[in-house]
Amino acid sequence: MEQQLLIYLFVGATFALYIGIAIWSRAGTTGEYYVASKGVNPIANGMATAADWMSAASFISMAGLIAFLGYDGSVYLMGWTGGYVLLAMLLAPYLRKFGRFTVPDFIGDRYYSQLARTVAVICALFISFTYVAGQMRGVGIVFSRYLEVPINVGVIIGMGIVFFYAVLGGMKGITYTQVAQYVVMIFAYLVPAIFISLLVTGWAIPQIGFGATVVGTDTSVLGRLDGVLTDLGFDQYTSGQKPTIDVFFITFALMVGTAGLPHVIIRFFTVPRVRDARISAGWALIFISLLYTTAPAVGAFARANLIDTVSNAEYTELPQWFHNWETAGLIAWMDKDESGVIRYGPGAPFEGRPQFTGEVGEYGQPLLRNTPTDHANELYVDRDILVLANPEIAQLPNWVIALMAAGGLAAALSTAAGLLLVISTAISHDLLKSQLMPHISEKGELLAARLAAAVAVVLAGLIGIYPPAFVAQVVAFAFGLAAATFFPAIIMGIFYKRMNKEGAVAGMLVGLVFTFGYILLYKFINPALDHPDHHLFGISPEGIGTLGMILNFITAFAVSRFTPPPPDHIQHLVEDIRVPRGAGAAQDH
Amino acid sequence: MNDDKHRYAGSPHKNESARASAAAYWKENIKILSWLLVIWFAVSFGAGILFADLLNNIQFAGFKLGFWFAQQGSIYTFVVLIFVYVWKMNQLDRKYDVHEE
Repeated sequence: MEQQLLIYLFVGATFALYIGIAIWSRAGTTGEYYVASKGVNPIANGMATAADWMSAASFISMAGLIAFLGYDGSVYLMGWTGGYVLLAMLLAPYLRKFGRFTVPDFIGDRYYSQLARTVAVICALFISFTYVAGQMRGVGIVFSRYLEVPINVGVIIGMGIVFFYAVLGGMKGITYTQVAQYVVMIFAYLVPAIFISLLVTGWAIPQIGFGATVVGTDTSVLGRLDGVLTDLGFDQYTSGQKPTIDVFFITFALMVGTAGLPHVIIRFFTVPRVRDARISAGWALIFISLLYTTAPAVGAFARANLIDTVSNAEYTELPQWFHNWETAGLIAWMDKDESGVIRYGPGAPFEGRPQFTGEVGEYGQPLLRNTPTDHANELYVDRDILVLANPEIAQLPNWVIALMAAGGLAAALSTAAGLLLVISTAISHDLLKSQLMPHISEKGELLAARLAAAVAVVLAGLIGIYPPAFVAQVVAFAFGLAAATFFPAIIMGIFYKRMNKEGAVAGMLVGLVFTFGYILLYKFINPALDHPDHHLFGISPEGIGTLGMILNFITAFAVSRFTPPPPDHIQHLVEDIRVPRGAGAAQDH
Repeated sequence: MNDDKHRYAGSPHKNESARASAAAYWKENIKILSWLLVIWFAVSFGAGILFADLLNNIQFAGFKLGFWFAQQGSIYTFVVLIFVYVWKMNQLDRKYDVHEE
């Protein structure tokens, strides 16, 4: 069947499925809307958490990122999985026992303070908006690449779909669509990965092929990559260039940031019992690991494949996929030495993203108007191409490409929906019900939640259509702020009974201001300084959340020593959330 | 909010023995999770980062060992750690009779 038709068929069928689930599972009460009535099976919740967690960036960009960073890419692999250990052991069971709807609920009640609740609401809104803008953009990009519609039309279609099932179904609708989206996404990721592993190593399991030898030779994939890259002038694949302290701090910030992200935490409010919350984190990590242990293997295979195909190859002899992605602007060649042969090496070949003049050169290559650099390298490669072009590189059938399109959309939509729910809950529950309008009726609150979700969808879509220049930089904010504010406040709320509101609020504010200021300085005010030589202790803005977290802990302890202990009923609350029994009773609250 | 006072004032730990039992349960819980977090730290920050260069001198199933821990081994260990935790905690909940139906 024709390629384009297949893509429409796959994407259309999955969209119909999501809408069907939304109609079947629409929410009638705030309990259903916020936490799916706390009745979600732990395995289903694990799948939903995995889909919620893995965004368009995980699906499309991560393998390519690792392929170009080599060992240094490990910070993302460990950082975005290790947080689930912390979630399972330090947060999820106790927050489930606490038994309310949101993270600001916990912070506000445990620290008996509306100020603490307000700080938490602001952080939750900021983190979620930062994140959701990137997802909407991701939806637009997948649409424009695969369905050949303009990015903006793609964003609007994506908005429409999310609007439908997030606004109608709330957490209940989102949970069951996320389960379906996980299945679509993982299938779409694993099929090309298995084929490319077979092609390169002869092993069907990418995780094993990753350590195996290249077909027809006795050198390992990684040994060969190390050798070829060094020959071309790159750094070794298996050893890192970042300072060790920075790798340490980034990994730590991503781990505790993951454990502190409200849209991840909120998923553990939806299971029936405390023991379900524990095991649900385990299931989530299994489902996430399927993709996260495959991604580095795909990255290595694709990098090796790319070099084999293009390095020192005659331009006229290149396979068709090279020309397809040239058209999309993801790969470009500038014949600096006028030899007709592609010279590939370290450094950017020219300044900025490729801009074609529309004319073709001597060998049929599209000519560029970019200013060349001093590097000998002639090849521009967008790292996303390593995943997107895989099916073509491995010469897979057309339906696999259609599946990739559906998978990329599933990854972006599921994460966007989870974030939109946090935004709508923060407004209708934490701001209206808990602070401004405590006497609002159940019906009124539900309507407010739906309106807030609708407004948030439109806002997120607008950010997706008119992306501010700083979208990529702000992701550092989301993790840094979650690590420096929520994580310490929640941990101390559970594990340190003596922590009082003065300590917690002071800690959160110090963590927030320090982390925010540091990222602002290096990413916005003076980006030229963003280099290890100028960083505080060599820690980059991506890893500064770890230091923010440490400052938060120190401040909170110091302040709490000099201020009165929390009242008795709060100390009883802490004792109560430490034991599992009775979680069922808390749910009618 | 205000109804918390009523909700937690009559908490389950009214008498001394119940209080002692809850404290013992909490102590054992902390012990279990401390051990597991030590392993969590050792495989990721230890083997995968701080000692990665050293371990890279050892070959393991086609990988340099430090690199394998950073990109594969630590993730597998994380999964195992959570399931061990679940299993130990379910035992502990029953031992102290605080398990759920």
